[in-house]
Amino acid sequence: MAKPSPSPLEQRRPLSPHLQIYKWSPTMTASIAHRFTGAALYAGTLLLAFYLFAAAGDARSFHFASALFSSWLGQLVLLGYTFVLMLHVMGGLRHAIWDAGKGFEPKARDRLSLGSFAGAAVLTALLWIVSFVIR
Amino acid sequence: MTQKSTFRTPAARVKYLGAAHSGAHHAWMMRLSTFALLPLTCAFILIVLSLTGRDFQSARVFLGSPVVAIFMLLFVGVGAYHMTQGMQVIIEDYVHGERIKPLALMANILFGLLIGAALIYAVMRLSFT
Repeated sequence: MAKPSPSPLEQRRPLSPHLQIYKWSPTMTASIAHRFTGAALYAGTLLLAFYLFAAAGDARSFHFASALFSSWLGQLVLLGYTFVLMLHVMGGLRHAIWDAGKGFEPKARDRLSLGSFAGAAVLTALLWIVSFVIR
Repeated sequence: MTQKSTFRTPAARVKYLGAAHSGAHHAWMMRLSTFALLPLTCAFILIVLSLTGRDFQSARVFLGSPVVAIFMLLFVGVGAYHMTQGMQVIIEDYVHGERIKPLALMANILFGLLIGAALIYAVMRLSFT
């Protein structure tokens, strides 16, 4: 048996390998993106609260929020928000498929992961085309 | 079942709640809120699309209409719950400090309650003023 090391317990504990050790894979990318988009939507609720409170206020506050969201920066943020929301929804669907025990084969799981990004991009583009047509 | 050496009591095994004392409750509630949010997010997108180009009065009338308000209430309510539960997992994964971890978990729940209450208040205000 090895002699006990004099260093504190924290330093002797084996560490599990972290991100930089692994070869980048589609499932890993999709997993990280799902967590990242979840956190982004967490912060994004502040945007929704801002808009709803502006609308629940008077005409002045509504126009202020409308002008902000109509500016190029506001539109860029909304475009990002749309993609992030769509990607997270795609992630939810992907997890539902995996929870059902389907789509775990090497090809299927990679296709589901990359498909989430493609699906989110297509849905975002569609929604923005619709929004430009009806505005 | 074969006799295995374990520190867990038979009662603990029967209750099936594990080390977290809540079993799969958290995971199950994440699934449940996910499935609720799929149609609710579709409703939210339709509502946002319907808001494009509306002036103040017409946006107010639209957001204050019963069907829109009910779907918005469900979306923000279930959404606030889902995001709080989700952020809890992120905190549990990355925040390990003895003091900072419970503080972060508490802050997360308080933020979820605050933003949830604020969003619900705003939606109701649009309906009732």
